[in-house]
Amino acid sequence: MVSIQDLSFSYKRKTVFKGLELNLQPGHIYGLLGRNGTGKSTLLRNIAGFLFPQSGRIDALGFEPRRRQPAFLQQVFLLPEEFYLPPIPITRWIEHTARFYPLFNIDQFYKYTTGFDIPMQGGMQEMSYGQQKKLLISFALAVNSPLLLMDEPTNGLDILSKSQFRKIMAGAVDEKKCILISTHQVKDLENLIDRILVIEEGRILFDQGIDSIAQRLSFTLSFDPEETARAFYSESSLKGNALVLPNTEGEDSRPDLEMLYKAIILEGEKISKHFKS
Amino acid sequence: MQFRESQSIYLQIADYVCEKILLKEWTEGERIPSVRELAVQLEVNPNTVMRTYEFLQQQEIIYNQRGIGFFTSANAIRQAANYRKQVFIEKELPQVFRSLYLLGMNPDELQPGYEQYRKQFFS
Repeated sequence: MVSIQDLSFSYKRKTVFKGLELNLQPGHIYGLLGRNGTGKSTLLRNIAGFLFPQSGRIDALGFEPRRRQPAFLQQVFLLPEEFYLPPIPITRWIEHTARFYPLFNIDQFYKYTTGFDIPMQGGMQEMSYGQQKKLLISFALAVNSPLLLMDEPTNGLDILSKSQFRKIMAGAVDEKKCILISTHQVKDLENLIDRILVIEEGRILFDQGIDSIAQRLSFTLSFDPEETARAFYSESSLKGNALVLPNTEGEDSRPDLEMLYKAIILEGEKISKHFKS
Repeated sequence: MQFRESQSIYLQIADYVCEKILLKEWTEGERIPSVRELAVQLEVNPNTVMRTYEFLQQQEIIYNQRGIGFFTSANAIRQAANYRKQVFIEKELPQVFRSLYLLGMNPDELQPGYEQYRKQFFS
């Protein structure tokens, strides 16, 4: 659905990607993780055709995003982390914006805004940041684009709204749709993401499905020094050492995405080798 | 639903379904929530629920009627009890045995507590 080959991208002085490769398939929610400033948002914007690569190839839905053809743009939606909504009523904004997306469904939109408890009267600029965000999320999902890119979607949402967001996302997954979410809030999305991507030093360092992570790694608390010595990554806690270990149980574990992320960033080589073995 | 720390989510959802069946909230031969409905309710990826349903089909606890949906099987209670019993004996009981051993307790000492629990919650 999206295929990226040998992508290089730099801002004026800063090289962001060098030879980045990535393939995205429909039917999944991808979680894009990485340190601050590693280019998560830049990658989303390259895929959406908002930024143009210096070299390499991006194929998204059979189009080259940088050409910005309407037939492509109506099938992709990017929910940005920072956004601007004009000082007009919601209904007018919908009228103006929805017409660019042929699969937009107004009933679906109202179902989401009702679920999020968003007041539909009044101007959009009187809404709080969180309310505006929920409005945009409702729109992003009602657009029904086969390719949906979300940049830190849970930032600014209160606790009930996060739960509502997860319900909406669970209902939005379908075989023909590819969802890519960049996030630092892995706990918010832990049971929704089914493939993990970690970006580091200009390339994709890790790309694995949750199922294979659950098969290959186990996440446990232990006081056992031998077990700790076998771990790819460990950190001490009150309840013992939190460990990321090779899974030898023959039964799937429950991946702890925060621990996994730390293990990949700090011990990427070892982890990659383990998945190749 | 609050998920536990270490067990994989698809198996925890399998336990959830078994409980519904064993408590007779879902009766035998009844249609159960679709993959999507349960995914939305539990806030998990539908692929995870699909995996649970495939697993429960292998255990003959539920079955798929093509084009209509998933149903609990005619002897779902027995099948669910068999599966849960096996997990209880293999996975959960050793923890209890360990505590009994460490505390120097005899299994017979559990009887009155168990009776009281049953009266309190299931009579």
